[in-house]
Amino acid sequence: MMDLYREYILNHYQNPRNFGKMEGADSSVKLSNPLCGDEVKVYVKFEGEKVSKINFEGKGCVISQASASILTEELKGKKKEEILSLDKNFMLKLLRIPLGPNRLKCALLPLEAIQKAIKNGL
Amino acid sequence: MFDSQKIKKDFPIFEKHPELVYLDSTATSLKPRQVIDKLVEYYTQYSANVFRGIYKISEKATEEFEKTREKIAQFIGAKPEEVIFVRNTTEAINLVAYSLGRKIVDKSSEIVVSLMEHHSNFVPWQQLAFENGARLKIINIDKQGRLLFSPEMITRRTAIFALTYVSNVLGTINPVKKIIKQVKKANPNTIVIIDGAQAVPHLKVDVKELACDFLAFSSHKMLGPTGVGVLWGKRELLEQAFPFLYGGEMIREVRLEETVFKEPPYKFEAGTPAIGEVIALASAVEYLEKLGMEKVREHEKELISYALERLKEEFGEKITIFGPEEAEERGGVLAFKFGSYHPHDIAQILDSLNIAVRAGHHCAMPLHQALKVEATTRASFYIYNDKEDVEKLIEGLRRVEKVLG
Ligand SMILES: Cc1ncc(COP(=O)(O)O)c(C=O)c1O
Repeated sequence: MMDLYREYILNHYQNPRNFGKMEGADSSVKLSNPLCGDEVKVYVKFEGEKVSKINFEGKGCVISQASASILTEELKGKKKEEILSLDKNFMLKLLRIPLGPNRLKCALLPLEAIQKAIKNGL
Repeated sequence: MFDSQKIKKDFPIFEKHPELVYLDSTATSLKPRQVIDKLVEYYTQYSANVFRGIYKISEKATEEFEKTREKIAQFIGAKPEEVIFVRNTTEAINLVAYSLGRKIVDKSSEIVVSLMEHHSNFVPWQQLAFENGARLKIINIDKQGRLLFSPEMITRRTAIFALTYVSNVLGTINPVKKIIKQVKKANPNTIVIIDGAQAVPHLKVDVKELACDFLAFSSHKMLGPTGVGVLWGKRELLEQAFPFLYGGEMIREVRLEETVFKEPPYKFEAGTPAIGEVIALASAVEYLEKLGMEKVREHEKELISYALERLKEEFGEKITIFGPEEAEERGGVLAFKFGSYHPHDIAQILDSLNIAVRAGHHCAMPLHQALKVEATTRASFYIYNDKEDVEKLIEGLRRVEKVLG
């Protein structure tokens, strides 16, 4: 029944990957959703046209924090341009869970932060 | 207590969702069949505009529309011509800020509001203070979420005093009658606006007894349709205030060089109103009257007192419930923090068990800042809830512990 809290998501929430401040990051952005207090700060490192590493820090609900953790793995090594073109459909596919309009905001917060960090670094 | 199983039979939503545990009436209440039927009656039998047609169905619509005004007036101890229909509480308060506030507030004025206000009774006053250069004073709260009002806050400069009757987060029932007395004693010219959004649906409210100047509330929180709010105001103040919106319905005569406005309440009701919804609001009031507002309060008091006790018993220190400890001092609202779980996750897992609660800051960010929490989970009770729902909430929270560890 608890699709949203499947093993995969909970695992990322409980053991977040690439968590913590990154020294020497090329760009970093902090975003929050004041509606519920979700917060993520992302750090990105570039290598030419690519994003070579992503770290994050944050607090908030399972969906926002797990999404951040999943993205740090998923987007590593991808082209900046490609990451900038990603949208909510990508996020939904990645998480493999149904999300209503209110909950989608939590899932999108980390993606938005990463995209913003890339734009700031361009 | 009411027999909630019997009451539930009046609410068609439970036919479609018999499993629903609805604990979010503070956001909006469910609607009984009587209200829905009345809406359908208007749309199927006399769906004409009001105040315009000379034909029968328009006369009928106008008659029913005005019947609601009388019903509301009688329900809150007012005169019908002092009852204005707007869209919701938010619009009602904005109307006062715009139509009267702009007129009486200037650089030398003070506006007093409390920390526990819903944004709709906070932001309009904050902005008015900014725009007109007035000073905004905030009444603080104690550890149990009770108002720390002292009459010294009111000076000869206090133009406006705006306060909620019942907090939509803490549940605190403010001793408004006593406070208004103190305010008026300190400065008889201070205009007192009471946000009744969480009070009128749950308690007996009488404007004469309160001796306030304005009262605002929403139909959709008191079993009525969405799209209708009520502003009650004292006649002489309504006369003194600017119109709110200009246009049709609110004018007596328009010429190229000037316009003569109608008398209150019509002066404030420009454009075609939510006719069917206003008409059906009368059925909601009738429903509440039949139950009796004292009994409604008794029912909720017993539920909240049961919930406070049971949640503490089950979860002890793990749960922090905001607001007064005594059921006597609080309405049927229960906002809490549970372990270190995020309210979103709590609400989501409860939803998977068909329990509807609210997660967030409930449009009271300054209050949440003071409580030092980003967000809370809120369960709220109304006439169709019972102790069984409290037990389901407890089971739901157990599930949260299990899923999130
Ligand atoms: C205390 C209080 N005031 C005002 C409002 C605003 O009501 P509405 O959204 O109907 O304008 C609410 C609604 O949640 C409320 O609880």
